Amino acid sequence: MALTSQDIGRIANLARLELRPDESERMLTQLNGFFAIVEQMRAVDTQGIEPLSHPVSAIQDISLRLRDDAVRETDQRDANQRSAPAVERGLFLVPKVIE
Amino acid sequence: MSSLHDMSVAELAAALKHREVSAVEAAQHFLARAKAADALGAFVALNEEATLTQARAADVRLAGGDSAPLLGVPMAHKDIFVTRDFPTTAGSKMLDGYRSPFDATVVARLADAGAVTLGKLNCDEFAMGSANENSAFRPVKNPWDVSRIPGGSSGGSAAAVAARLAPAATGTDTGGSIRQPASFCGITGIKPTYGRASRYGMVAFASSLDQAGPMARSAQDCALLLSAICGPDLDRDSTSLDMPAENYARSLDDKLDGLRIGLPKEFFGPGVAADVRAAVDAALKEYEKLGAKLVEISLPRTELSIPVYYIIAPAEASSNLSRFDGVKFGHRAKQYADLLDMYKKTRAEGFGDEVKRRIMIGTYVLSHGYYDAYYLQAQKIRRMVADDFQQAFTQCDVIAGPVAPSVAWKLGEHGSDPLADYLADIFTLPASLAGLPGMSVPAGFGDGGMPVGLQLVGNYFGEARLLNAAHRFQQATDWHARKPEGV
Repeated sequence: MALTSQDIGRIANLARLELRPDESERMLTQLNGFFAIVEQMRAVDTQGIEPLSHPVSAIQDISLRLRDDAVRETDQRDANQRSAPAVERGLFLVPKVIE
Repeated sequence: MSSLHDMSVAELAAALKHREVSAVEAAQHFLARAKAADALGAFVALNEEATLTQARAADVRLAGGDSAPLLGVPMAHKDIFVTRDFPTTAGSKMLDGYRSPFDATVVARLADAGAVTLGKLNCDEFAMGSANENSAFRPVKNPWDVSRIPGGSSGGSAAAVAARLAPAATGTDTGGSIRQPASFCGITGIKPTYGRASRYGMVAFASSLDQAGPMARSAQDCALLLSAICGPDLDRDSTSLDMPAENYARSLDDKLDGLRIGLPKEFFGPGVAADVRAAVDAALKEYEKLGAKLVEISLPRTELSIPVYYIIAPAEASSNLSRFDGVKFGHRAKQYADLLDMYKKTRAEGFGDEVKRRIMIGTYVLSHGYYDAYYLQAQKIRRMVADDFQQAFTQCDVIAGPVAPSVAWKLGEHGSDPLADYLADIFTLPASLAGLPGMSVPAGFGDGGMPVGLQLVGNYFGEARLLNAAHRFQQATDWHARKPEGV
């Protein structure tokens, strides 16, 4: 099942990407070319197979750790905001969201 | 004493320790080379003052008798590792001008071991690419033939080491990004088992695949560097393995008698160019002379690894790259109507074509109604790929084959066809999906006098054995010691 230009618009919106009309068209062709090679994957019988996320869990039990919820670092707000596009009095500025 | 840039990491470390050269002199020597070779495009950022400050500190440590293994050794980092002293861009306009408030764990561990940072190395945008042509700044050229690509995504790292602008560099490997450029530039590189090197401070591409590793001229140097890089980072990387650091140089000189080398029949089919095949076959003959036994094995899902990888990696990328929203760091569009429009325009301007493609693929395969059919299915086949390797390792100790189907191609040759790059990743993707350690070892030259790499893949935590196999080969051959004309 090939993607349509409506699909490209819907996915681009979900991905928060503005695509120019010529970009959308090229994206459609390229994505359909890509999904043609994905077809062979969909045909594989994977019944009863567990998905693998941490690869080393193929041979041993791996559980994702949580660290203790404790204060460990001192305030780094200025350093952390140094590369922000717009900051005022320690706050990140965004366009108005509530009228 | 041979010229500083012809010395190995081990030789440089010894010369520094014996005060035959100072860390400042070494740093200045390589900085001068990096500047003179700017046209290669390997470096994206230098900060001489910061480098010399680090070098002076290393000299103080040396004077005090500090015995850190890399004390004063200059090296450079792929621009995917965040650094306090240098800008970090990940090869993207999105992060142009970004300055990290902290160092990546890999960078910090190498600094603790005494390494001095020369600068940051060019790479494909967010490490997405196989030719380094996706850098938002400029492409990197292959020092063996500047009309060709160096490979990717760690192309700047490979080119810098091959052109002897740095004795060693860091790289990252998600689907082959250390092994393939190492192969294309005639150097040695290793990607450890997934979870051995901390991902903290590595700009994330595909979190279940990304691994850091060293790129240098020999297996011996890689062993030295990998020992410094690897180790637990339990509080900062949730996938870091709770295993102590190890000395990967401990068994470099072990004999290879009886080593069973598995040759996956899928890696030796008609898809491999004749020149690559000839170099790989000759390398395998050399291994037989060293006492190894060649065994035919099968990795039946080799071809399937391409779609599986190119579903999983973009899925994880689309999620990781959602953080680039023009609010907390990086680029923000100048003009927009509202918040949503600001996000969309910021991301449209900040990301390049390949990154957008992967975000689109990833967003689609994770979206409602498609998750099971694509992402989950890919993760299930990923387990089958990993199981295939475990089956293979009942018959052999290491696996060998080509790194890539051809030597480095010409800049622009793949044009705007992303699939051509994807398909060329076929031999590196299986080990990436399985999270196994893999390396590239210079094995000769092919068409156009371009280097060919032999890929070695080990079982989980088999890095020392891989480096041993590579080192013995390098004791018997001199492919790794060759250098491009004019270097």
